Amino acid sequence: MSAAWFVVRRLTRDRSALLGLLLIAALVLAALLAPVLATHPDDVFELHPAERLRPPGGPHWLGTDRMGADVYSRLLFGARITILIGVIAVGASLLVGVPIGLVAGYHHGWLSDALMRVSDVFLAVPQVVLAIAIAQTLGPSLPNVILALSATYWPWFARVVYAETRSLQKEVFVESTAALGASPWRLTVLHVLPNIASPIIVRASIGMGFTILTAAALGFLGLGPPPPTPEWGRTIAESREFLPDAWWYAAAPGVAIFLTVMGFNLLGDGLRDVLDPRLRRGRGAR
Amino acid sequence: MRLLALALHRLLWFVPTLLGLLVVTFVISRVIPADPVALVAGETATPAQVEELRRQLGYDRALPVQFGEYAWRLVRGDMGTSIFTRRPIVEDLAHRLPATIELTVVAMVVSVLVGIPLGVFSALWRNSVLDHALRVVTVSGLAIASFWLGIMLQLLFAMRLGWTPLNGRLQGFPPSPITGFYLVDAALTADWRTLGAALTHLALPAATLAFPALATLVRFTRAGVLDVMQSNFVLYQRAMGLPRTLIVWKYMLRSALTSTVTQIGLLFGILLAGAVVTEAVFDWPGIGTYAVNSILRSDYNAVMGFTVWAGAVFIVVNLLVDVAQTLVDPRERPSN
Amino acid sequence: MTELLSVRGLSVDFVTDGGVAQVLDGISLDVGRGEVVGLVGESGCGKTTLARAILGILPAGAARLRGGEVRFRGADLLRADPVAVNDRVRGRAITFIPQDPSTSFSPVFPVETQIMDLMRWKSPRAPGGNARAPRWRYPRERYRTDREAVLETLRAVQIPEPARALRRLPHEFSGGQRQRLMIAMALLPDPDLIVADEPTTALDVTIQAQILRLLRELVKERGVSVLFTTHDLGTAHELCDRIVVMYAGQAMEAAPADVFFARPAHPYTRRLLASVPTGTGEIRDIPGEVPSLVAPPPGCRFHPRCDYATPECRAGRPAPRALAPDHEVRCHHPVDAPGGVDA
Repeated sequence: MSAAWFVVRRLTRDRSALLGLLLIAALVLAALLAPVLATHPDDVFELHPAERLRPPGGPHWLGTDRMGADVYSRLLFGARITILIGVIAVGASLLVGVPIGLVAGYHHGWLSDALMRVSDVFLAVPQVVLAIAIAQTLGPSLPNVILALSATYWPWFARVVYAETRSLQKEVFVESTAALGASPWRLTVLHVLPNIASPIIVRASIGMGFTILTAAALGFLGLGPPPPTPEWGRTIAESREFLPDAWWYAAAPGVAIFLTVMGFNLLGDGLRDVLDPRLRRGRGAR
Repeated sequence: MRLLALALHRLLWFVPTLLGLLVVTFVISRVIPADPVALVAGETATPAQVEELRRQLGYDRALPVQFGEYAWRLVRGDMGTSIFTRRPIVEDLAHRLPATIELTVVAMVVSVLVGIPLGVFSALWRNSVLDHALRVVTVSGLAIASFWLGIMLQLLFAMRLGWTPLNGRLQGFPPSPITGFYLVDAALTADWRTLGAALTHLALPAATLAFPALATLVRFTRAGVLDVMQSNFVLYQRAMGLPRTLIVWKYMLRSALTSTVTQIGLLFGILLAGAVVTEAVFDWPGIGTYAVNSILRSDYNAVMGFTVWAGAVFIVVNLLVDVAQTLVDPRERPSN
Repeated sequence: MTELLSVRGLSVDFVTDGGVAQVLDGISLDVGRGEVVGLVGESGCGKTTLARAILGILPAGAARLRGGEVRFRGADLLRADPVAVNDRVRGRAITFIPQDPSTSFSPVFPVETQIMDLMRWKSPRAPGGNARAPRWRYPRERYRTDREAVLETLRAVQIPEPARALRRLPHEFSGGQRQRLMIAMALLPDPDLIVADEPTTALDVTIQAQILRLLRELVKERGVSVLFTTHDLGTAHELCDRIVVMYAGQAMEAAPADVFFARPAHPYTRRLLASVPTGTGEIRDIPGEVPSLVAPPPGCRFHPRCDYATPECRAGRPAPRALAPDHEVRCHHPVDAPGGVDA
């Protein structure tokens, strides 16, 4: 665990990574303590038509929306949705992608090629499009969004793990351990996994940001969780017809998305800077 | 010669990947709870009429048979008919293609012409005010939701300031259709008014689309240049007193660009994808809106057609990028 | 002062993570017209830094000039207008041969492009002109003349089929050939001085002698001075008229080559010469380690490892002493010298 501590220590020296960590912490706090931090916690469900489209000020820090609900409070509850989607989607992608990548990396035959071809297929289509197609097919709901996002993001994990496993195989220590008679299982758990942990972590962090953006896009198109769920993307879509007057209605959720994704991106970059030099891997794309 | 071999090799992979793509989209579009036939038939149709329609459209046969038929027709260039527009999908796509290409190309050009020099300056004047400002742009470029950026730009420039139109590709009559690209057609027919109008309509969507691309390009160019700055050949050229402009813009940039070329290629694919959502925001009559509308209207053939097209484009772009990479860096003649 | 190059009291510091390293401490040396001077020293003694200081390409952020001057044809390069120096001195009057020819070419452009780009600005026929605006015009006449000169020089450095060679990329040449190209490029501007930084270190041993002999032949033919750095005494012996010995950023001794090898006066020089393997199986190295430059030993920096050291050596740096008109040593106790110690 001293390795983890080393990473944390190095990370804290990087100011932008710290900022990222701060933003993520704020997001988590907002989500967890939404009922407490919200000024109008019931506005997620209740309607106050008399107060619709009030500008920020007074009791409504960020104004009200078309139903008269407090934008700020709904934003906080929206954070819960965002985190839920992000964590589960990325988690699921990881759980699917990593084993596939491991198997493909180990194997040197038709299975490996086949698996990588499949993941190439998923990567060939822009993720947004595929997610949209899947979400539309299944219908707009929270679980379906998560499913759509997981189904389109797992290839990124598979690819990273595949590449790492393949290059690790060439490393001497893997050969010698295998020569000593270690079983593939043991080899994987004790030797390969710790080495691929770093790129997986980096990709997970960057993936969170990316997934959250795609989730927001799905919500914007109406393919996310249906109302009254205060999902950020959908809120932006709702706000369009009231522009330019009710600018806060559109601006607030967008800024929230921005800060969240930036948090994960900064953290991911910081992690990559700390973990990468040790691995000496080349510049990655996304 | 090796170039040809590489191209052939890639094209060979083109086919199975495309096939896989087809299978995936086909499965998605057919394994659905909602019944598209019923949707098309309308609410007043009787079950018998729905069945008749289903038989007509060929949806009643076994899935593999349907797939086989679809694939066969695809090879002959027939993507089927849009349930909604009742026109061949290939026609629909072709009709809307120029709009998307024009938007994507303009966004690409802007991001390259602006992004690369900014990246170079950012690296040369490391830790300067410019560099820090660009860092902010770079980071936010990848954190802002495109659709939201588009909406905010609309809010500011179209609604509040009135500098640009709100949406759409053009108001009024398009220029004489020679290429289908309004900018080109207007220029060719010296229709300056329309050219100006088309440009103002392009401004916001292109800016929205270009922003993340620009951010990525600045980032990668900066990293590339910083890397190259340490090279021995740069040291040699400095020692021999060559003009700085030459060293930076000819030699350093060229070396830094070898990785940027790949990025540009990938970006094009990403832009094409991003175009989907951006087009939706700006009511841009391109393939992106077609895709979104098709999806929302459960027009599955159209969705399939779009996905096939998008996948094919992506694969071709990747191929071109590999080829370009080989040309730019003569040492790199990959043998995979 | 008839010397072509005259370095006086040059002191350079480097800012590093571990502190400020005093890389060069009061270095003085001269290079005369048509003279080949070898700068000899172990790795890390500062010879590359000195070469770069003369060329003016020290890393701007990390390196700090503490004092001294570099006089070339009378003018102090360190205090002259940098743009003028870049335009008229670098690549014209003073040229450079780098240590590693493999990485000193841009990998993506053919050799012709790189050499002709050099000729565009640095050929003897290139206009002097306004130093602030690089002149991009390359008249066809001059281009042709320059190209002829390039082909001729390539023949002189024994590159086979020069015209075809020009069209190739740098990586298609062998290490030795690349260094020949570098020598050609160093000669083409018709310089007064070539600064060569360990020009044969990166080459195979079998090639090294070839390259050295070629270089010596060509510079003697043209009357070009050379200042070249090396850690290999054999190389120095092969190539140089005069040799300067450096240790830990300080110049220790300067003498003509024959005197240097026959009657070395500085204890360090003697040790250095003695440590060359003779094939008897004995290894006579110098006990101790090269000192850290962040906290260097006071006075003469060699004193901690010197057999003849006295408190005087610690107290202050010895002033340069002329044992003979062209044999200078900085030592309180030079060997076999009046007032010094006996061998």
